[in-house]
Amino acid sequence: MKKTSIVSWVSIFLLLSIGLLSAGIAPPEEGGVLPEITLPAPEVPTHQNYLGITKNKKTFRIPEIKAEVVLIEIFSMYCPYCQKDAPVVNELYNKIAQDEKLKNKIKLIGIGAGNSPFEVDFFQKTYGVNFPLFPDAEFSIHKMLGEVRTPYFIGVKIKKDGTYSIFYSKRGAIENASKFLNLILSKAGY
Amino acid sequence: MKKYSKIFFAIFVLFFVSSSAFGLSDAFKKNVYDPGQLKPIDSKLIVKVGEKAPDFTLPSLSGEKISLSQFEGKKNVVISFVPAAWTPVCSDQWPGYNLAKVIFEKNGAVLLGITVDNIPTLYAWTNQMGNLWFPVLSDFWPHGKVSGMFGVLRSDGVAERALFIIDKKGVLRYAHVSDINKRPDLKDLATELEKLNKN
Repeated sequence: MKKTSIVSWVSIFLLLSIGLLSAGIAPPEEGGVLPEITLPAPEVPTHQNYLGITKNKKTFRIPEIKAEVVLIEIFSMYCPYCQKDAPVVNELYNKIAQDEKLKNKIKLIGIGAGNSPFEVDFFQKTYGVNFPLFPDAEFSIHKMLGEVRTPYFIGVKIKKDGTYSIFYSKRGAIENASKFLNLILSKAGY
Repeated sequence: MKKYSKIFFAIFVLFFVSSSAFGLSDAFKKNVYDPGQLKPIDSKLIVKVGEKAPDFTLPSLSGEKISLSQFEGKKNVVISFVPAAWTPVCSDQWPGYNLAKVIFEKNGAVLLGITVDNIPTLYAWTNQMGNLWFPVLSDFWPHGKVSGMFGVLRSDGVAERALFIIDKKGVLRYAHVSDINKRPDLKDLATELEKLNKN
């Protein structure tokens, strides 16, 4: 085979690969498995206790969180809908935290798509967010999650044997904390 | 083989930089146009830090005309040039500044947002961001005149993604032209604004 035709075939292969890959990773599906997300261990002791992640750990994975259900919000401090929804998400957190039956079962975390540590910290302080928020400055986690629009909520159920699956995956603000909590409880099988 | 290596390089670049993860707020739905990866910087700064910033007057969304000189002796001024309405990074940047009002206020600064878009376009676009607390100015006509005065008008007629800080004496204290494809970290602007009070 001539050198030119080898180059042509390799080019065609690469272009086809681009076509397939640029179609993108699909957003997480209900019933599916969450991609392997590794987050830095929180520095704040209250957040370490909340997630049950010991301070000597540098990183952790979602199923290591001490909970039966983890709600992940993909947000951005630059997203107007995320800003508007922040007080409602806080209300959701408070409802869970004040419920003796739920507070140890359901935990919330936020991942700031394209947000630097400073920007996540600014969002956290501005809205008085009590659950841990993590920066994803280079969109690396966001890409693993199919570059979803923000805000986006993913509910993950962790079984006792450590296996975990997605039971909720949806774009958009939650708008009503009580309704959303009831929906999550129902979908998680409570 | 040299010419083939160029083809592979182009494919490599396309592969890794083809998608934009900015402008993903649900507020904009699918109305954001992605121009793809652009030349990071395509102009040369004319203004110099330490020198008086050029005065200008531009129409704002409210209908009021705003001049840089009207803030002299009263407020520090941050100018945020962004390239174009309805594009990914620009659609993110100002909603962040909208949230960060306190950073500007505590440093005695006002913010002026400028693009080369016309007023109706800016009106429709910024409506998706909520109520912006800062004036949005149109450098549409004469096209890009003010962007050109600062040296941030690109060869395709849009402005760079650039931030300028002008102190109360009208002197330029900070000038930063970002890679047009990326949003500048808010931390840098906050740090530069705090410096104004220390000097």
